[in-house]
Order: sequence, then C-alpha cells, then structure tokens
Amino acid sequence: MIGGLFIYNHKGEVLISRVYRDDIGRNAVDAFRVNVIHARQQVRSPVTNIARTSFFHVKRSNIWLAAVTKQNVNAAMVFEFLYKMCDVMTAYFGKISEENIKNNFVLIYELLDEILDFGYPQNSETGALKTFITQQGIKGQVSEFSLTKEEQSQITSQVTGQIGWRREGIKYRRNELFLDVLESVNLLMSPQGQVLSAHVSGRVVMKSYLSGMPECKFGMNDKIVIDKQGKGATTEDAGKSGKQSIAIDDCTFHQCVRLSKFDSERSISFIPPDGEYELMRYRTTKDIILPFRVIPLVREVGRTKLEVKVVIKSNFKPSLLAQKIEVRIPTPLNTSGVQVICMKGKAKYKASENAIVWKIKRMAGMKESQISAEIELLPTNDKKKWARPPISMNFEVPFAPSGLKVRYLKVFESKLNYSDHDVIKWVRYIGRSGIYETRC
Amino acid sequence: MPAVSKGDGMRGLAVFISDIRNCKSKEAEIKRINKELANIRSKFKGDKALDGYSKKKYVCKLLFIFLLGHDIDFGHMEAVNLLSSNKYTEKQIGYLFISVLVNSNSELIRLINNAIKNDLSSRNPTFMCLALHCIANVGSREMAEAFASEIPRILVAGDTMDSVKQSAALCLLRLYKTSPDLVLMGEWTSRVVHLLNDQHMGVVTAAISLITCLSQKNPDEFKTCVSLAVSRLSRIVSSASTDLQDYTYYFVPAPWLSCKLLRLLQCYPPPEDGAVKGRLVECLETILNKAQEPPKSKKVQHSNAKNAILFEAISLIIHYDSEPNLLVRACNQLGQFLQHRETNLRYLALESMCTLASSEFSHEAVKTHIETVINALKTERDVSVRQRAADLLYAMCDRSNAKQIVAEMLSYLETADYSIREEMVLKVAILAEKYAVDYSWYVDTILNLIRIAGDYVSEEVWYRVIQIVINRDDVQGYAAKTVFEALQAPACHENMVKVGGYILGEFGNLIAGDPRSSPLVQFNLLHSKFHLCSVPTRALLLSAYIKFINLFPETKATIQEVLRCDSQIRNSDVELQQRAVEYLKLSSIASTDVLATVLEEMPPFPERESSILAKLKKKKGPGAVSVTDLEDSKREGGELNGGSDRGPDSGAMAASNASTPSPSADLLGIRSAAPLGAAPTSAGSLLVDVFSEAGPAAPSAAVNDDGFLSSAPPSEDPATLLSEADELLNKFVCKNNGVLFENQLLQIGIKSEYRQNLGRMYLFYGNKTSVQFASFTTTVSCPGELQSHILSLNVQTKPVEPLVEGGAQIQQVLNIECLTDFSEAPLLNIKFRYGGALQNLSLKLPVTINKFFQPTEMTSHDFFQRWKQLSLPQQEAQKIFKANHSMDTEVLKAKLLGLGTALLDDVDPNPENYVCAGVIQTKGQQVGCLLRLEPNGQAQMYRLTLRCSKDSVSMRLCELLAQQF
Repeated sequence: MIGGLFIYNHKGEVLISRVYRDDIGRNAVDAFRVNVIHARQQVRSPVTNIARTSFFHVKRSNIWLAAVTKQNVNAAMVFEFLYKMCDVMTAYFGKISEENIKNNFVLIYELLDEILDFGYPQNSETGALKTFITQQGIKGQVSEFSLTKEEQSQITSQVTGQIGWRREGIKYRRNELFLDVLESVNLLMSPQGQVLSAHVSGRVVMKSYLSGMPECKFGMNDKIVIDKQGKGATTEDAGKSGKQSIAIDDCTFHQCVRLSKFDSERSISFIPPDGEYELMRYRTTKDIILPFRVIPLVREVGRTKLEVKVVIKSNFKPSLLAQKIEVRIPTPLNTSGVQVICMKGKAKYKASENAIVWKIKRMAGMKESQISAEIELLPTNDKKKWARPPISMNFEVPFAPSGLKVRYLKVFESKLNYSDHDVIKWVRYIGRSGIYETRC
Repeated sequence: MPAVSKGDGMRGLAVFISDIRNCKSKEAEIKRINKELANIRSKFKGDKALDGYSKKKYVCKLLFIFLLGHDIDFGHMEAVNLLSSNKYTEKQIGYLFISVLVNSNSELIRLINNAIKNDLSSRNPTFMCLALHCIANVGSREMAEAFASEIPRILVAGDTMDSVKQSAALCLLRLYKTSPDLVLMGEWTSRVVHLLNDQHMGVVTAAISLITCLSQKNPDEFKTCVSLAVSRLSRIVSSASTDLQDYTYYFVPAPWLSCKLLRLLQCYPPPEDGAVKGRLVECLETILNKAQEPPKSKKVQHSNAKNAILFEAISLIIHYDSEPNLLVRACNQLGQFLQHRETNLRYLALESMCTLASSEFSHEAVKTHIETVINALKTERDVSVRQRAADLLYAMCDRSNAKQIVAEMLSYLETADYSIREEMVLKVAILAEKYAVDYSWYVDTILNLIRIAGDYVSEEVWYRVIQIVINRDDVQGYAAKTVFEALQAPACHENMVKVGGYILGEFGNLIAGDPRSSPLVQFNLLHSKFHLCSVPTRALLLSAYIKFINLFPETKATIQEVLRCDSQIRNSDVELQQRAVEYLKLSSIASTDVLATVLEEMPPFPERESSILAKLKKKKGPGAVSVTDLEDSKREGGELNGGSDRGPDSGAMAASNASTPSPSADLLGIRSAAPLGAAPTSAGSLLVDVFSEAGPAAPSAAVNDDGFLSSAPPSEDPATLLSEADELLNKFVCKNNGVLFENQLLQIGIKSEYRQNLGRMYLFYGNKTSVQFASFTTTVSCPGELQSHILSLNVQTKPVEPLVEGGAQIQQVLNIECLTDFSEAPLLNIKFRYGGALQNLSLKLPVTINKFFQPTEMTSHDFFQRWKQLSLPQQEAQKIFKANHSMDTEVLKAKLLGLGTALLDDVDPNPENYVCAGVIQTKGQQVGCLLRLEPNGQAQMYRLTLRCSKDSVSMRLCELLAQQF
C-alpha cells in the first residue's frame, strides 16, 4: 500500500508528486529532500524512516524516485514496483532524465493513475499499457475517440481478462523470435587467487513477433530437468549431461509463465506478450566460468614508492573475443606521481578517481596481458595505513558465464496455420561483469 | 593590517573555488577535489623548490578543502615553512593553516613552537601579533607550557607596542582559561593591575578582561584593581563624548570598557575607602543621570551602548545592595523602561527588577510598578517577556498585594502560554499558601486554579490543599461547600474530582444539613464523575464512598448497590476490584462502632515544608534557584503552613525532612479500613508520601509485609552459629527457664529473671561426659549492630572456672541492662578442650526485647484511645500467618502472659481476640506497646497487629511473636 510517489531532480526539486493516501501529508515531500537528498552524509540505505514514514528510493542517473508509506509494507514489493515504473517510463520515452520527465509530465501522471490504484500496484505490463495509454498526444486522443465500441470493449476484456498482457488478433507476416541471455558475473577474489565469493545473476529477455495466441515452451539445461530426463539413460549419459547442466539457485518469471506447471513439471510454458519483455531472472553460484583472472603484485618500496604489477588472463575459448575490458587499479591517497607501462591497450592515472584505469578494446580467449606501474608517494604525518581497496574490472563476453544453454524454444499455435518450424528464432548470449574484484 | 596587493590575489585558488561551486553534484565535487589534491601532492613532491607564492596558494587550497569537510594529511610541513617567510601574507596563511589544522600531538609542534618563539622575539609588531593570535587560537596545553612564562613578560614590558600588549593580554586570558595551573601571575600581578592606568584604551580593555578572569579566581591578589577601576570609570564617565575620539561609539565614551569595569567591580564588595566609594557612587549617579538626558543620536547603536552601561551599573548597585537611594533610582529608571518600545529593554528591565524586588531597600519601590507589570503580563506579545513579568510579580508579592497579584495571575492563566503554565500554577499555589490571610480565600484560589488549569496542576498542589484543609478545622465546612459547588459544573477536571472526593468523604457531613447538599445528592454528584475518571481517581472515590457509609448510614444501601454492580466488583483493574469487594464486605459485616473506628476522620498531618516550593526550584534549574532562595530568607510571618517554623536554615530543614521517612502517608486510612485480609498494599504506596521527596520506599516497606520480612537484619556471621540457634531463641521468647542447648558433651541450662530494664541470667554448664573440660571459657558479645553505633545492651559476666570435671556442673551469672531497644540477641561463645580437641560453640542468648516488658492494665476505652494515637504507619506492624502450634485458648493465654504483657479482657468487641498492653523499659526511654492477636480457627491463621510508640520495636516484636503461635 504505497501512500505516494515522488520524483525529484538532482537538486531535490519535485518533478512529480502523486499522493494516493491521506496519511501522507505535503511535508513528506520536504522530509525526504531534507533527510535524504540533501543529507550531510550520503544516505546509503534505500529505505529511510522519517517520523514514522517510510521512504523507499531508487536513483536513475540524477533522478530520485521515492515511494512513501506509513504502513508496514512489503519492501520488496515496493522496490519491484519502482523498478517496473522505471521500465515503463523507459519504454515510453527512453532515458529517464529531468528533461524527459518534464516533457512527459502528463503522461507520467496518466501512467501513475493506471499502475497504482489507492496505492495497490496494478497492471504494469508495458505492452498492455501501450494499448490504452498512447503517447501520440492529441493524435492519440483522436484515435481514442475514434475507437469503435468493439475495440473499446476488446481493450476492457483484455485488461481485465485472464491474459492481460496480450491482445488477440495480432498478425505478422514473418513470425520471428529473439532471445537474449544476459548475465552479470560478480566476483571477489583473494590476492592468492582464491574465490571468496562469486555469483551470476542473469536475465532471459525475449522479443517476440508472433501471430495469434501462441503457446511457447522454453527449455534450458536446468540440472533438475536434465537429471529427471537422464534417469533412464546410462551412467555415461548421465555423467555427460550432468557436466553440461547448471544448478539454478533461484529464479523469478514474467507473469505470463504458468507457475503451476513450473512447480509440477519444472517446464516453462507461457503465452508471450507482444514485443520485448523479460521472461525470467535467475541466480547461480555453482560452477561459474570466470572469464578473467587478475593477478596483482604490489610492492612497497620504502615510504615514498609503490610498485604495482597486474596480469590479466582470459579464461575462455580462444575463438571468442571479450570486449570493453577495463581494469581499475586504485592508488593510495597520497599519490604524487604515476608512471605506467602496458603491453596492450591504454592505461592512464586518473587523479580525480584515485585510480589507474587500463582499457583494452578486445581480447581473445586464453591470452595474457600485463601492466606495471610505479607510484610515487608523498610522505604524510598520518600514521594511517593505506587500506588497499580491491582491483576491479569491467568486460563483456559473448557467452554465459553461468553455463546456461538454451535447449529449445517451441512455439505452438493451433488456430493459425504456422508451426514451430516456421518461426525464425535468434539466440544470443552476453556475459558482463558485475562487481568483479580482486584484492591486492 | 597591510592591504593585500593585487599580485597576492591567488588566481588559482579563485578558479578552484569557483570550479567547486559550479559542481552539479557531490560526486563531481569529490572528483574535482581529488584532482586538485593529486596536483598539490605532485607539486609538494619536493623534486623542485616552490616559491613562497605557490606554497601559500596550495596551502590555502588545502585549507579550503579541509574546511569543506575532507581530510587533509599532508602539507603541514609546507605550512610550517611559510611561518619563516618574511612576507606578511605568507606568514599569515601559514599561521591560519596551523591554527585550524594542527592538532596538539603532532610531531611538528616543536617546529611550530620554534617559529612562534622567533616571531615573539622579533621586533616586528605584526609578526608578534600573528604569533600571539596563533597561540590563543590553538590554546593547547603544549602551547601554554611553552609560552605561559613568555607572554606576561611581553604584556608588561615597557617597550612593547600597544597592539601587541592587547594581543598578549587576550592570549594570556585564553591560556589561563585552558590551563590555569600553568599561568602563574605571581610577580606580574601588580604590573598587570597597573595596566588599568595605561594610556591606550585598547590595552585597558584587553587587560580588564584578563584581570576580571584572574580576580574571580583569587580576588585578594587583585584587590588593588578596585580603586584603579573606579578612577578609570570616573574618568570615562565624566569625559565629554568627544574626549576619547577613537573609543567613542555613537557619542558614548568607551561603552565596552565601562561595562567591563562595572563587571569587574561586581567581583568585589563595596570599597571600604570612603573616598573611593564616594567617587564610585558619584559615577553611578552620573550614569543614572545620563540615562535621563535626551539621546544625542537617534541611532539604535547609541541607545544600545548607553543602556548597556546603565544595566551593568544597575547590576552593580544590586550587587552592593547598600545604597537605598541608588536602588530606588535604579528601580525608577527600570520602571521607565517597562513601557519602552524596545522589547529587549522591557525584558531586561523586568529581569533586573526581579533581583531588585528581593532587596529590602527597593522592594517598596518595585511594588509601585505593579500595574505596569500586570499590564505587561496581559498585553506583551513576546512570551519570554511575559514569563519575566510573571517572575517579577512572583518576586514582588507580599502580604499587602498578594490578593491582587494572585487574582491577576489566575486570570492570566486562562490565556497563558502552555509552556509557562505549569510554572505559573506552582507560583500561584505557593503565593496563595504563603500569603493567605484566611483559609477560605486559599481554598477558593486553589480550587479556581484547578478549574482553570487543571492539566497543569501537579499532584503536589492538590495534596497540599487537602493537607491544609485536614489540619484546619475552621476551613473544613467552607471547603466542603466550595468543593461541592465546584463539582456541580458539568465538566470538571479530574484533579477537582480528586479534591472533591477526598474532602466530601471526610467532611461531607458538615454540609449535609442543607437539603440541596444532602448526603445522597453529594454521593450522586460524585458518582456522576466516576466513570470519566482514571483508575487512581476511581480508587480514591471508592474510598470516599465507604467513608460516606460511615458518615451517612442512610446512603449505605445506595452505595452498596454501586459497589455490588459488576463494573466495580468485577472490574478488570485489580485494585478497584479489591477495594470494591473489601468495602462491600466491610460495610455489610462490620458494626457501626467498628466502621466508626476504621473509617475515622484523618488525623492532622504533621507540619512540614511545602513540597511545591521544592518542585518549583527543581523546575527552574540551578541557575534560577538563587532568586527563590532569596525569597525564602526574607519570608514574612503570615504564612499558613509548613513555613511557620522556618528560619534562614530552611535548606537544612528540607534536607532533614527528606531523609526521614514521611509519617502518615496513607491519606484515607486504607490500612485501618481493611480488617479482612491483606491491606491493599499497592494503594498504600500509591497514596503514600504525598508531600515529601523522601520517596515511597520507606513507607511502602512498612506497609508491605513482605518488605518487612526482607528488611529484617540477617543474623550475624551465620557460619559459626549452630543452625538451631534461632529456633532456640524462639523457644525462650515466652519463657524464662529451660534447657538452652544440649549435645553429647555439654548441656546448658538457663534461668533468668527480669525487672524493669534490668535482668539477671543464670547459665548452667553441665559436662555430660566423664572427661574433664580444659580451658573452659565463655564470652558474651553483642553482635555487630549492637556494638557498632550505640550499645543497647550492657551485659556483664563473671568469669567461670577454666576446668569442668566430668559429670559436674558450673554456674555463670550474667547481669543485663537494656539501654535502648534492640533486635539482635547477644552471642554466647564457649570454648573448651575436650580430649585435646578444641571445641567451639556459638549460641544466641535468649535475650529479646520483650523480656523488658512491664504489664499495663487498661480499660477498653483507654486501650482504643491509645491505639488510635499510635496510628502512624511505621508504628504499626502487622503480620498474617499460619498457626504453627495448637490454637488452644489456654495455651495462647499462657504464651501471651509469658511474653510479659498484661492480657486485657473485655477490651476487644470480639471475645475471640486477644489484646495485650505493656511498656518496654529501657534505660533511656519507655516504649508503650499494644498488641492484638486475632485467631481464625477455620483457616488456622492468625493476624497479629502491634502498635508501639517506637517503630523499630513494633517491627521486632512482630517478628518475634509471629513464630510463637
């Protein structure tokens, strides 16, 4: 039960203020600004309690979105809603920026009226919303007036019906389907190369352009499913399939997925929404393929000098190419000068960030590269020792570090006469770095 | 200060600052700062020498970054280097950085001190000033250690520039404030005092701050400054506005210096030297005269400066409190300010008048302004000024104007600010009590107070009014009538209901004659408020109802009906339920006589200090207490209660009051009203101790039987005692002869007789074995409690034979004298050798307080009269316990007689009960004791009640006797 929703710019000026419940007064707007946005110390908790009122906020670039409530709500629900709100806004007008919010101010209020009712989240499916909240301003309004009764009732029945995310009667000449597996891999490694913590959080994003009301079935190398199938097979088969299957720790699905079926058979079947959507999210922690290994070597030479050598090794098939590699080596706070030598890519000391940033455009698998730096230090009268923050890394690789494989995606449409073979399917894997750090 | 030349503008710094101000977000700002820090670090790296200008610029940037809230951990060395520069601006930035950033334990402090030392010994006055400012700004102990001896020398040296002297004086003041032990003035004292004669006014101003501070610590050493200050003051006061040129501020000559001089004089009593005093009085008169002159300027600064001096002069006059003429003039001057346009002036005038009101000379003069003050209270817009006005009214109140002031304060209370209401209520309550001429006025006032500001009337206020009504017969009828009328208002405050319930319960009979306030009407009126009240008030009302049953038997049926209804007798609150049940039972079972005894009118309260005053003092905090203290000491005769026996030592009185547990806590006699089971103990503690600060601990312990037991002193050193010692002791409470102890070796027989406070005890030690006991010794000691403070038992023993033959018996005689009452029995320690083994035995001698009883015969009437007189809660001890022995009448009678008291027949209305009376004889005093034992044959229980004129005795006796039956 969200009491209200405010959107602020970076200065704390209110751009959007929508109050759903009477228990939220006008001063709540100011309370958040004073206590969070303008707080002396940066507020790191996303939930802030001010005068028995809870503020849940997310930040998108310079924009603050804050949901307010006086009740004891499910915080996860509120954040899910805020993220959905961001997605919806992005789908409607692109990047969330002050400019865009000001330009689409009427639209946002319209959206807020639709997706929250008395503080209870409603349908936030972009596709469905777009059928009745159109962006074309006056033109849209005319078309709305010109809607026939039939069309209007169709919208109503769709929005209130069982399949709220897809309308009937969609027709495409080419039935096409795009499937992206996007993963971000997080790592914390000790200087000796021991993995302290690692996990992959991934998303399966689909773009579907299919006619009618197709029934889809998605299959991947989920360990439970593979094991179940491999029951009757020989041990050799089981061993082989076991290697290729992955253990998923937890996952969430788009509302179109039939959860009962997943619970009973662990099969993912659904009627997809039209256009782009996120089919599922998941997290794995076992058998992660770490695309890069960082080997740091830091040597303190006296009080005024530091020698740093960092080696990175790529650890995937030589045929694949990693991109946008960036290694960030933190420097002590009393650095007075830096000399860098690197074989590959470009490296630079960025004083404003207190770090050496080393960038490599592309790197093939099973390769090695090295950087060495000499850091001069200014003697300080502070006895504080340098905390040695970890070396962090960014990259992008064309495979899924969790080992997830799409086994099939079947489409059944009984009413229209196209079959699974007629659908053109595209699959893509992208692995990115999340927080990928190595202690030095 | 030399002007900053164009070249010193430090463009880089300006650019950096504007960059930071233009940053859009915090992150951007941090990035910019990090970049700048990296830049400065690379500059400070040391591979190339920096010129003074860049060094200054970067140090400045670091300072700016530090002031933005970031940590700076380098650049200190560069700043210290700047100190040795010869350019003023560079030196200045260096000192600035150091006074802001260098912490005292830094290792650089030695270098810094060195640089400061150099500057101090240089001939350049600006450098000296910079160094002095730095010392004052840092002000650390290290600095004080290094320079405390140096600075006084600079201060008094003849060749020091005036500006340096000023800085030195203030620097020394700062060091003195941080570490007074290091600044030793000794030899410099007289020369510092003579700075008051300095030509330069700035030096005098700076020096006087130092002298004021020093003379507050050791006034005697600086005594000479008084005459100097007076002459200086008179020179300033008498000078024309143009004489002092630079030090004339809006036509007022040297206002700061004048104020400081006047403040310095306030550290000392009036000068004894007649000439000096005359001169000072002249000065003060001139200042007062000047206040009358038309202003020379319309500027607010002019009048501010003038008034500052005037107020300081008035403070001095009040401080001296010896010049009636001046005091009255000051008062008149302040009276003019009371109507001034300036709110601040009105505030100050009211505040100063408060202190003037406490002076005997000006009290009358202050009183003439009463109308203005009352007006201020009503019309003033600023709440703080209104508060001062209320304070002043309180301060100026005496018997002549009390009625008016109290009435005004009461009427103001209706509209008063919430923040000052509670204090106002207390003040009204105190004034009403202090200056009441007749009690009906007092009762009226307090009831009005409750009506107007009920929420702010604290418990103490209504307790006090009840206390006064109970103690004064003449006002009871009036109080009952007034309360009755007040209660008829449709909505009245709960406090009013409390007062009403209490007073009608006690004195409702006084107005019952009038048909308009017949008993039933009274009861219905009270009961109509019942359901709107909180639980404590309801409990009080229930007690009032049972009192009604006693006062007006005709209401019995109605009240029983009320008590019987489910909302009372099944109330979820256990206190209310218990009261309802007990009162109902009491009213139906007890005869009218018993009711009359149980529900008798409350006895008068002992006189004591009004706790309202204490509360007001507490509220005002330590700062403001002095005013009320003054008040106390000039208290006049017309006080009602509590204050009449109070002299200037009221503080001590209050203290002793607080330490003794308050007598008679139980307002409604709850305890006497509960003959059928345990007294409602929580109610006791609820109502206990209404007036003193002593806290409910003591009385509630007395009420609570359990508390009683636990408070009994534990037996001394139990390890050495035989476990049966206590039982042995109990055996002898009611008898004097018998076998005290027996084991395989030894038998000890006892025979004792007592007369008045003396006793004789024969101990017979029998050797049961056939072997001789060697080195047989006995010692009698009184345990810790008895020995430690006062010897309460004097036991004399005659030594015994060291050898006891087998089968023989030896005798020992003990002479016992009871000096005062006691609770611990003396210890008998026996040592002997039996077959080589040392035997050690400790026993309690059966000497208990009841042995010194003298029986007293008295009639039923006498007994109950005495019984009522001993009604303080501490004097009574009560215990309900299960019978341990047979409940046979004859056995009980024998035991009670053995106790030493007289068993009185036909005293108690219930023939089952036993009533005894006796006097305990000690050397110092006689303690009368009354005893009542009520056996309950069915439940096999006893209830034992003891009332003694000394509370410790009743406790001890109750403990002892409880184990006997």
